[in-house]
Parts: sequence; structure tokens; C-alpha cells
Amino acid sequence: MKFAVIVFPGSNCDLDMYHAIKDELGEEAEYVWHDTHDLSGYDGILLPGGFSYGDYLRAGAIARFSGVMDEVRKAAEDGKPVLGICNGFQILTEAGLLPGMLMRNKDLKFTCRTVSLKVENAHTLFTNEYKEGEEIRIPVAHGEGNYYCDDATYQHLKDNNQIVFTYAEDFNGSRNNIAGIINDRGNVLGMMPHPERAVSDLIGGTDGLPLFRSIVKQWRESHVSHA
Amino acid sequence: MKKVKVYVTLRESVLDPQGSAVMGSLHKMGYDEVQDVRIGKYLELVIGESERDVDALVDELCNRMLANTVIEDYRYEIEEVVSQ
Repeated sequence: MKFAVIVFPGSNCDLDMYHAIKDELGEEAEYVWHDTHDLSGYDGILLPGGFSYGDYLRAGAIARFSGVMDEVRKAAEDGKPVLGICNGFQILTEAGLLPGMLMRNKDLKFTCRTVSLKVENAHTLFTNEYKEGEEIRIPVAHGEGNYYCDDATYQHLKDNNQIVFTYAEDFNGSRNNIAGIINDRGNVLGMMPHPERAVSDLIGGTDGLPLFRSIVKQWRESHVSHA
Repeated sequence: MKKVKVYVTLRESVLDPQGSAVMGSLHKMGYDEVQDVRIGKYLELVIGESERDVDALVDELCNRMLANTVIEDYRYEIEEVVSQ
């Protein structure tokens, strides 16, 4: 399976993402600069964390107008897996590919530590290698991860099982402890925690690996059955 | 040419943690009469000659990029700039 790691000016988790796919999973990955206008050769799209365009105006507000974003939208419409982590999640909400918005953490602090997440939905293409309700340990590193949406949006997310991960304990003020959500169709996931930083025992844990394995497993199954 | 002053503020229904922190500090300084603080953004745009209606243009800029209407409201003022 071949992944594109989209690189914006100011991305800083692109290397971790590449490492997770290439070295820990043994799949193909390529860095793709933000002005690329063709993503047709990739099976999965990864939007890494960082501070694209210095978070000027709002986190993700400028990156969402990058040339590559039309292609990301097209990939999402084609049903390809699109994963946005941290700043990638912020870009996806700004682009309208996911509902809601990430606001400043309620205590105004940048929080960088490993937290417990609950897998709320293990029936997505991103989480089929987890058990529903499982608690996993994944690092967070953000100052603007306070998920906000209005009541109608929240109800919609809840009714359609689109809340994929929640924080075991509130620390940033996110509505109902939301840490990650998917779109209606189920092929676009945005999350603030960093699974790509939890892929090796050497650096504190491997609870992020099943997420990447899920994507690959789903892709293999759908491509074998079509072959 | 026109100068457009755009004010972007958090919607009333949205908590403003920065504003709350500033208000808390003002209270500690003894300014008890301060009842609320909301922090927003101020932008100045200079718009050159255009066939487009300036209001429609500025609304479009605000909705597409300058404000995120999920959590923010905006308002603006337009001033004529006399070229020298």
C-alpha cells in the first residue's frame, strides 16, 4: 500500500509519519509537497502534525487553500483513506472535510504528554485492529485541540458512531472529551493525539500501530477481493 | 481604493478561555467593574479598484478564510481612501 505524507511549510511530524509507515509497517510512503496537483498514484493520504504556515490566522486556515487540498478532497470523495493528525485534523476541519473546529485548550497551555484514549468505535477502517472500548496510550502535543461543535453536529456525530476516540480524562476542554472523529462515509479520520509517535517500544509504546495496520488490512482485503 | 477594517470575534455561545484569563487577572488587579472580556482579531485590508461589489467581496473573504463561522462572527467597516 502506498501512502502520501503531505508536507506543508511548517509541518513537523512528517518524518515520524514516514517512519511509522516505512520502517514499522513496511509499506510504501512518499513525501508530497503541498503544491502537488496529483495524488492519483497513492492509496492513502496522511496529513501530519505541525504548525503549517505558522498557524497564522487560525491553525490550518491557510494550509486548507494549498494546491494539494483539492486533490485531498478528491481522494476523500473517491473513498481513499485520509488521516489527519493534530495540525492535519485542524486542516481537515478548516477544509470542511470534517465538522466542528479545534479551539485553544481551555487552560491555554500547550500540553505534551502521553494520555489514555478510549476506542469508541472499532468498526472503522482506521480502528478494526482495536477492540471496542479498549483503552490505549497515545501522546498528545497541542495547544489547540479543544474540539468544538454545535449541538446538532454533536448529535449527528453520536447517532452515526462518528466519534472514534475520546480522552479518558478531560484536559483540553473538548466537547464530550472528543479526541478523534470520522466523516459520514467513514474514510476521513481526524484526531489530535499522535499514533505515529507510538509505534515502537523503544520510545514508549506501540498502541498507535494497530491504527496503521487497520488501514493496510482494510485496503488489502478490498483489493484482494476485487482482483 | 478602499480600506476595510474587519473585526473577528468569538460567537457569544462560545467560551473564550483567553478572555476569561485576562478578566481574572484584571479582577486580581482590583478592577472589579469589568464584567466580561472577549478577545478577537482586527484585520485591515486595502481593496483596489474592482468591478465587484465591495460588500459582497468582503463577505466572501470573511466566509471563506478570514473567519471560521463555526465559532466566529465578523463585522467590518469600509472607508474611502483618497489617493495622494
